[in-house]
Amino acid sequence: MIKSIKTWILVGFASFLLVACGQSGGGAGSKKSKTLDNTKKAGFVKCGVSQGLPGFSNADEAGNWTGIDVDVCRAVAAAVLGDADKVKYTPLSAKERFTALTSGEIDVLARNTTWTLSRDADIGLTFVGVNFYDGQGFMVRKASGINSVNDFRDGISACTNTGTTTELNMRDFFNSKNIKYEPIAFEKADEVVQAYDAGRCDTYTTDKSGLAAQRTKLSNPNEHKVLPETISKEPLGPVVRQGDSVWEDIVRWSLNTMIEAEEYGVNSSNASSLKDSDNPAIKRLVGAEGELGAAFGLDNDWSLRIIEQVGNYGESYKKHIADTGILPNRGPNELWTKGGILYVPPAR
Amino acid sequence: MNFKNLKLNLSNKNKDLIPQILTVLFLILIVIYFTINAQSNMGNRGISFGFGFLSQESSFDITFSLIDYDGSHTYARAFLVGLLNTILVSAIGIFFATILGVTIGIARLSQNYLVAKSAEWYVEIFRNIPLILQIFFWYFAALRALPLTVDSINFYDISFLNVKGWYVPKFVWTNFSIFIYSIIFAFILIYFLAKYAQNQREKYGKQIPTLYISILLIIGLPLLTFLIGGVSLSFEIPELTQLSKTVFVYRGGVSIIPELISLALALSMYTATFIAENVRAGILGVSKGQKEAAASIGLTKGQILKLVVMPQALRIIIPPTTNQYLNLTKNSSLAAAIAYPDIVLVFAGTALMQTGRAIEIISITMLTYLSLSLSISVFMNWYNKKMAIKEK
Repeated sequence: MIKSIKTWILVGFASFLLVACGQSGGGAGSKKSKTLDNTKKAGFVKCGVSQGLPGFSNADEAGNWTGIDVDVCRAVAAAVLGDADKVKYTPLSAKERFTALTSGEIDVLARNTTWTLSRDADIGLTFVGVNFYDGQGFMVRKASGINSVNDFRDGISACTNTGTTTELNMRDFFNSKNIKYEPIAFEKADEVVQAYDAGRCDTYTTDKSGLAAQRTKLSNPNEHKVLPETISKEPLGPVVRQGDSVWEDIVRWSLNTMIEAEEYGVNSSNASSLKDSDNPAIKRLVGAEGELGAAFGLDNDWSLRIIEQVGNYGESYKKHIADTGILPNRGPNELWTKGGILYVPPAR
Repeated sequence: MNFKNLKLNLSNKNKDLIPQILTVLFLILIVIYFTINAQSNMGNRGISFGFGFLSQESSFDITFSLIDYDGSHTYARAFLVGLLNTILVSAIGIFFATILGVTIGIARLSQNYLVAKSAEWYVEIFRNIPLILQIFFWYFAALRALPLTVDSINFYDISFLNVKGWYVPKFVWTNFSIFIYSIIFAFILIYFLAKYAQNQREKYGKQIPTLYISILLIIGLPLLTFLIGGVSLSFEIPELTQLSKTVFVYRGGVSIIPELISLALALSMYTATFIAENVRAGILGVSKGQKEAAASIGLTKGQILKLVVMPQALRIIIPPTTNQYLNLTKNSSLAAAIAYPDIVLVFAGTALMQTGRAIEIISITMLTYLSLSLSISVFMNWYNKKMAIKEK
């Protein structure tokens, strides 16, 4: 009996030590790219998207995801795995998204996420670029007689989503105007729409693209309008985990390739025929010149596959945002050569 | 060293103790393991750990707060606002669930067929629909049914109900502390009165109408302060103000937000069904002989219920009802779905999002619910012990 108890204690301690030692070797190293290796092994890109925002990431009845955020993940899949359809989508709430990314449940977060300093620097995330320049606005009832944010008075109630930068901007805005307001923050966008529709609040505030998309869900969309003012900068873009710079580069340049392709007039239908173009920039884009893919362990046709399978940024915008009637006018999301602010570093 | 001389004194007591110590040690090791694991993983991913964020400015506002708060206060203060809101809705819920539950429970035992059947239907319907659906129902049904601010339901021109909430007059006191002291004093008097009455009853069999005297005290004393104590009360009545062509709002007074009303309503109606069943079980659990014996010594019906049936029934009712109080408190976390700013929405929601400190915030929130539940448990266990049979 005595012996068996002593053995128990010894075994207990020994197994704990073993477990503890075994642990210290784990975790994401900075060797080559663990995420790239894992993605190739799994055969699909793990992509975090929204729970349904038309134009950005939205699933149809058959469960097919579409939208400009979805296209970022499709571009990465085309570059890394050769097939844009090899993506596993995980719908995430605003609250869950960063934890899902840092814990490794997903490898790319393309979920209309605003790039801010604290998110970039503090919580183990890296923003790789901007795929949509947005700004926060207000929606009101047309009959309300409110035509500009200057018509807001003390006591106005504003509905919004919790866990977003919107909540913070709203406070900054009303404070700067010295207006007392009643903030009502819901967890899901659908409930915000219902509460606003029922008259619980006088105005609905979120990113302008979101307002345009959510307006279609109201019982009488024509009775509502979006005020002209924009109260904040909302650069939305894809996010990756900190600490895997190769993977970070792959996602960044997958997005940049789509924008650069539009700039040089390369699209899904003409890309392969441009292999013998006279313009070296175009030749680099379609993989006919240089060894750009080797820099992050991909073959030379990675960018050609993105353009052929997903299309350039302009095609993606037209298909998901303009043709669906969400925001027909590209505004700041036009190329820098055409009066917008889309400007990416050269791919060379 | 000679191990043969090493002898453990294994009396029966120690034999029982050693496996227990081992289990505790093992549990501690598991906790240490998970802590180390989480720390190294967070380290690898560049996430820092710490509670320093609690003293940072929160920079978000909250609809409804019992204490002074706006975005310039700290995250710790936002946590407190959420906690108080959770306690508020739980307290209101527990209060009404108890009243409704006891009523329905007694009604189910009624001789009147209609009353008994209605109570039974109530229980069967409300306990079998998921709570979250009931919350949505009351919230969105209420929002759709209530009029806009400009056509509010008017209660005698002092209180108004509309889609933005229920506006009631605000009490404006002078010398409020004297008023409170008079109430405390009344309670102390009632305590001694009850002691005295018990003494008289046990010694001389004299019945003193404690209830009526108590009511007189609790109303009379505070009233006296108005007459001679210099206490006065006026009301600030909410006033309709126009913000733009069709946007109106009530200013002044106190506004009870629709989120609080519908959440408290859903929680108490749902939990009342379970309490009703506990009450029914408790009353049925007292044997018929007890009532007959009490009647045979000449006690009135009221006395039988108060002195014989209820003390015994309560012993059966209290432990499961404690469970229901705990459930109600924990269920109040569903508030996030309808934008009631409880601790989950404010702290585990907005604050978590703004700071990204998932592990810290979720641990704090879990600990908070644990302490809330334990406090309720401790109180109910104390009450249970008080009600238990004291064998002499």
